[in-house]
Amino acid sequence: MCANCGCAVPGDHAVHAHGHHHHGDGTHAPAPSEAVAVLTGLLDANDREAKHNREHLDAYGVLAVNLMSSPGAGKTRLLEATIDALAGRLRIAVIEGDLETENDARRIRAKGVPAVQITTGTACHLDAHMVHDALHEIDLGNLDILFIENVGNLVCPAAFDLGQHLNVTLLSVTEGADKPAKYPVMFRASDLLLLTKTDLLAVIDDFDPQEARGHFRALANPAPVFQVSARQPETLAPWIAWLEIQRAHRRATAGSQPRPQAWNAAA
Amino acid sequence: MHELAVCQGLVDEIARVARAQGADEVQAVTVAVGALAGVESGLLERAFVIARAGTVAAQARLQLQSLPARVACSECGAEAEVAPNRLLCPACGGWRVRVVGGEELLLIRVELTRAVPAALQVQV
Repeated sequence: MCANCGCAVPGDHAVHAHGHHHHGDGTHAPAPSEAVAVLTGLLDANDREAKHNREHLDAYGVLAVNLMSSPGAGKTRLLEATIDALAGRLRIAVIEGDLETENDARRIRAKGVPAVQITTGTACHLDAHMVHDALHEIDLGNLDILFIENVGNLVCPAAFDLGQHLNVTLLSVTEGADKPAKYPVMFRASDLLLLTKTDLLAVIDDFDPQEARGHFRALANPAPVFQVSARQPETLAPWIAWLEIQRAHRRATAGSQPRPQAWNAAA
Repeated sequence: MHELAVCQGLVDEIARVARAQGADEVQAVTVAVGALAGVESGLLERAFVIARAGTVAAQARLQLQSLPARVACSECGAEAEVAPNRLLCPACGGWRVRVVGGEELLLIRVELTRAVPAALQVQV
């Protein structure tokens, strides 16, 4: 990276300068232009805040799941059905991300589950800072799973760590089966792929679940793929079992980590 | 899209470097963009023009280095450049690969001018 000293590894140095106008006698030319070698991520500030969110969630042993998909793939509908399926077993809260309206949060609250709506205005994704603010409105001590329903968008949300533990991507059977090939960054980051609205497969003959799986596997992603329909609660069984396993794993892992000090004071 | 948010992070980082270096003007910055970073180079260039306004980088040129997706296969040991939507090992077809390139989204170089020559700052 740096032609002057050959340094290239992140962490080798924070920042250092090399004058490009060295003279033989050790003096500098007037007002020299200098090249400064830096190796910092453009999203480092977001990533730091995401890490902070994750530490806070871990302090309470809460599993955070980031739901992503295109608009209309059925994220909110899936959450409603999931809340019904987990009723009395796991305590849930939801952070809803949309450009406008409280509609989705209202739907979740109607199920008796706390929901915080983030309206992003024109922003096409949630970021760690927005989630941080929302976390302050949630009683984490009384919670098992926090769902973060990201803004419906297969591009931008993939670039921003929120502090979640797991990414779940929904692909509805009314979309193209080649979405994983068209939006590889998001599907590569998925810990689980849900093919949704599968009750419609009976009347839709141009979506091949095997083809969708093939495009997903071409991203070298070994994550499970489940076919679900929120209208047919029995199809949700693998998804619910997956959540319960991830939740148990999270609790076991988080218990071994020290609780961060004075999180609220640092916020 | 989200390139503007990414550029705001970039401009903040440039300002931090400029402050640390006692610079009053930034001429150019170099950013590495991997094929799997989820950022579109053309949109990044246009967003930078908006994000740099009114900052120390107001006149700065943005130089982009595009980096390809690369995988290293844990099964056959091959390392190769791949398409962003085909990350399997091109040699053996295996899926047990590590992505070793293409995720970069890094500020790697800032070209700046100091208000006071560095020689004076350090040799007083």
